[in-house]
Amino acid sequence: MGRAIEAGHDFVQRQSRSSLYDRGRQNRHKNETRMQQKPPDQRACKSRRRGSETMSHIELPAPDSAIVARREAIVADLVALVGAGTVVADEDGRRAFETDALTAYRCMPLAVVLPRTTDEVSRVLRYCYENNVRVVPRGAGTSLCGGALPAEDAIVIGVSKMNRVIEIDYEARFARVEAGITNLAISAAVSERGYFYAPDPSSQLACTLAGNIAMNSGGAHCLKYGVTTNNILGVRMVLITGEVVDIGGAHLDADGYDLLGLVVGSEGQFGIVTEATVRIIRAAEGARPMLIGFGSSEQAGRCVSAIIASGIIPVAIEFMDKPAIDVCESFAHAGYPLDVEALLIVEVEGSEAEIEGFLAQIRDIAAPFGPTHVMISNGPIQSAKIWKGRKSAFGAIGRISDYYCMDGTIPLSRLPQVLTSISAICARHGLKVANIFHAGDGNLHPLILYNANDPAESERAEIAGAEILTLCVEVGGCLTGEHGVGIEKRDLMRVQFSDVDLALQMRIKAAFDPAWLLNPGKVFPLDAAGGGLGQAA
Amino acid sequence: MSEPLRPAADWELASMIASFASRNQPIEIVGNRTKARVGRPMQTAATITTQSLRGIKLYEPTELVMSAQAGTPLAQIEAELAGNRQMLAFEPIDLGPATGGVAGVQSVGGVFAANLSGPRRVTAGAARDHLIGVKGVNGRSEVFKSGGRVMKNVTGYDIARGLAGSWGTLAVMTELTFKVLPWPESATTLVYAGLPDEFAIELLCAAMGTPYEVSGAAHLSAGLSRRLGHSSLAAAGAALTAVRVENFTQSVAYRKQRLADVLSAYGAPIELDYGETLAFWGELRQLRVLSDMPSCLWRISTSPRNGPKVVAAIRRHMTAEAYYDWSGGLVWLEVPASADAGASDIRRAVAVHGGHATLIRADPQVRSSVDVFQPQTPTLERLTRNLKAAFDPQGILNPGRMYAGV
Ligand SMILES: Cc1cc2nc3c(=O)[nH]c(=O)nc-3n(C[C@H](O)[C@H](O)[C@H](O)COP(=O)(O)OP(=O)(O)OC[C@H]3O[C@@H](n4cnc5c(N)ncnc54)[C@H](O)[C@@H]3O)c2cc1C
Repeated sequence: MGRAIEAGHDFVQRQSRSSLYDRGRQNRHKNETRMQQKPPDQRACKSRRRGSETMSHIELPAPDSAIVARREAIVADLVALVGAGTVVADEDGRRAFETDALTAYRCMPLAVVLPRTTDEVSRVLRYCYENNVRVVPRGAGTSLCGGALPAEDAIVIGVSKMNRVIEIDYEARFARVEAGITNLAISAAVSERGYFYAPDPSSQLACTLAGNIAMNSGGAHCLKYGVTTNNILGVRMVLITGEVVDIGGAHLDADGYDLLGLVVGSEGQFGIVTEATVRIIRAAEGARPMLIGFGSSEQAGRCVSAIIASGIIPVAIEFMDKPAIDVCESFAHAGYPLDVEALLIVEVEGSEAEIEGFLAQIRDIAAPFGPTHVMISNGPIQSAKIWKGRKSAFGAIGRISDYYCMDGTIPLSRLPQVLTSISAICARHGLKVANIFHAGDGNLHPLILYNANDPAESERAEIAGAEILTLCVEVGGCLTGEHGVGIEKRDLMRVQFSDVDLALQMRIKAAFDPAWLLNPGKVFPLDAAGGGLGQAA
Repeated sequence: MSEPLRPAADWELASMIASFASRNQPIEIVGNRTKARVGRPMQTAATITTQSLRGIKLYEPTELVMSAQAGTPLAQIEAELAGNRQMLAFEPIDLGPATGGVAGVQSVGGVFAANLSGPRRVTAGAARDHLIGVKGVNGRSEVFKSGGRVMKNVTGYDIARGLAGSWGTLAVMTELTFKVLPWPESATTLVYAGLPDEFAIELLCAAMGTPYEVSGAAHLSAGLSRRLGHSSLAAAGAALTAVRVENFTQSVAYRKQRLADVLSAYGAPIELDYGETLAFWGELRQLRVLSDMPSCLWRISTSPRNGPKVVAAIRRHMTAEAYYDWSGGLVWLEVPASADAGASDIRRAVAVHGGHATLIRADPQVRSSVDVFQPQTPTLERLTRNLKAAFDPQGILNPGRMYAGV
């Protein structure tokens, strides 16, 4: 295990050590799989091939047996290239990387490489290119969509050891960092001067900037400051050929095509990002959240629209329904009211006087919607608790049940209708649901609660999830607002896109990675022209 | 040249492109032609304009979103938004006056295709940051879409952003969906006179480093200040450094005061009220101070602190009037007309300090003999060509406008 622990920031390893993201679903699930384990080397990747009866039903591409057979030689080559200390080849070490936060799916990689420099990444990728070996890039493994799920015939390249801050320029307001740095560490590095890095996924303590870039991650405070793509100025990326390219830089806009815009959100399929230049922003003088509780989700939804329409753009507007409130309150003791059906957390920024003014305005805007509970945070300690409750919501719910986290986005005006339909869908499948989401931008996170030990219920949960996402698309929204497609939503892509749309995206993928070696089997349906693995039409 | 073709629907545009593709004939793609003089001159068999693809398709003020067909005049869009006290937060640049045309006629498709953002970009993001969905037709005459009408969307690759700034060389955008924002209730501008470039940029960076959400940070050399429409500012006859604050009325009053305190070392500012603030930044957005023909106009993007260094390096070789924006990160530079528009000296200066330069205004002969867009490294050039081929394998859409052979 020694080497694996060295890997530091990896999410799955954290799972075994801390309860930070301690999710019942994962732990229970893991124990279950471990107990039934076959001898390691014969254990196939976990997924249901068509017709079989195992639980999870997303198909994983068949591995290239010729590559798998060459495993030992490949490992030896990798060791020769970057040294034994950088390659994880033993069973236990690799197991720490066999899944991400979509733990229902797991697969032992051929080997794991944990480089410390761009040059090492370049050497390894060049080798993979020349030897036709597939590569799965990895940050901290917190992807909720299986974006970092390994493949049996692929090596994992994890950037978590590349976590240094290279340069901070307060005058020009950027920081240059290695991409394996955690999201929160960037803000921590610039906070002493009153700056921060804006996108704040709830997983920010663990997840890496590299993963954020690959997924174009968002967070609660993106309503005002934008998501990852709006806050990245440049990247250094290694192409599958081993070539190192700098895209963008310390300046504000791209020359030529917006390759940076394409790379952000490309789910590890274009290259391995090793460094990035990010925008840092001077923080407001102060910030304070308020809680507004309502007797119904509909009223809360309407209130959100009214706030946005008023011309105030709060930094964040977060929504929780009753099941979510109950769990989060008992976890964080944030002072959430327990007698409401829906709760908004609205945060504003500015000087003390400005904050008072904005909050008073928001209270007035909310009044016609009959809030049954209004509470303004009384200071930093309470504010921190309010946010802790929200940001640990997934973890808190995971302690009481297994769950599927959905991530669709909808037009705000459809919120009441969609919430009603979500309840109906889950009820029809005999499942409970808790709703927690970024209301200001319509990004829903229905958490479908189910029992992972019950295969039939697990399957129903996946079906209910697909129905919810399809509904999101039907009302004018999309399958995923911030978590990405990965393997999880891959087979739903046709709900949102035509074959022409998908083929265009696949040609763009091929423009960066013509042989489709990077993060194969993700994002596109396996049977899309070329099979999501092969060449686009 | 024959009359431009005016498709009025996606399918019509697709069939036109298909027919040119079948003959392997290149086509010029335009909106209202306000940027037709930007880029490398092209040889094309015909012109397709988006002018008949017109109209706002969706506007949800409470969701801060609008969709419009590509040929819709920006003026119509901004008027519609103003009716709800909303705006395009990136303050689109209007190249009309600076390239020998008129202001106020550009199409919304052109705005995003050129990704030209104005002063507020420094805090609010660029055109590309506001573009959330696109429909279009590529060079294979396929109708495609990407993104949508919701603010947060990571479903599939971000093709909409990839099309921003592609100058019609990848696809013809037919419908665009973009974020809008509330119009600020009030605004004010603090203007400091007579600062040399380095001090001016230092001031602007200091202002951006305060918590007061400065939304405009610009500096005009004295020669440009004199061309301002605002008569008393023009009469000052000095370089001008301007800092804008926008917000609710109360906040503007408070923040302006705090900002003036922080910046007191730079002298006492002239204060512009809301109306003057709108007029001043409105002039900048239309680059009205940069319409001195026949000089050449460059747009240089660099790290904010390096703006003055780049300009100083260039001034060793030629006279230059500079409008710095984005707290020094963007420089609009007017230089005397010459055989290469100063390209070799300018590119050398940019190479030393980082960033890139685009030749915005020059005679067609100059634009065909020097690189208009920043030359790329071989690897980036290959990615650029691959991307072009993914959209337009025959190379028939605006061929060569950005780079030879692309
Ligand atoms: C409890 C919890 C809360 C979460 N909350 C949020 C939230 O609020 N908002 C949100 O958006 N997401 C959230 N997520 C999802 C997840 O944290 C994000 O997707 C995050 O960006 C993943 O980062 P990571 O470092 O863990 O990447 P990984 O999971 O390791 O990888 C994610 C993707 O990035 C690719 N990748 C990794 N490194 C590189 C690289 N160097 N170059 C190219 N590609 C690379 C991988 O191949 C994979 O496709 C949450 C997850 C959990 C478990």
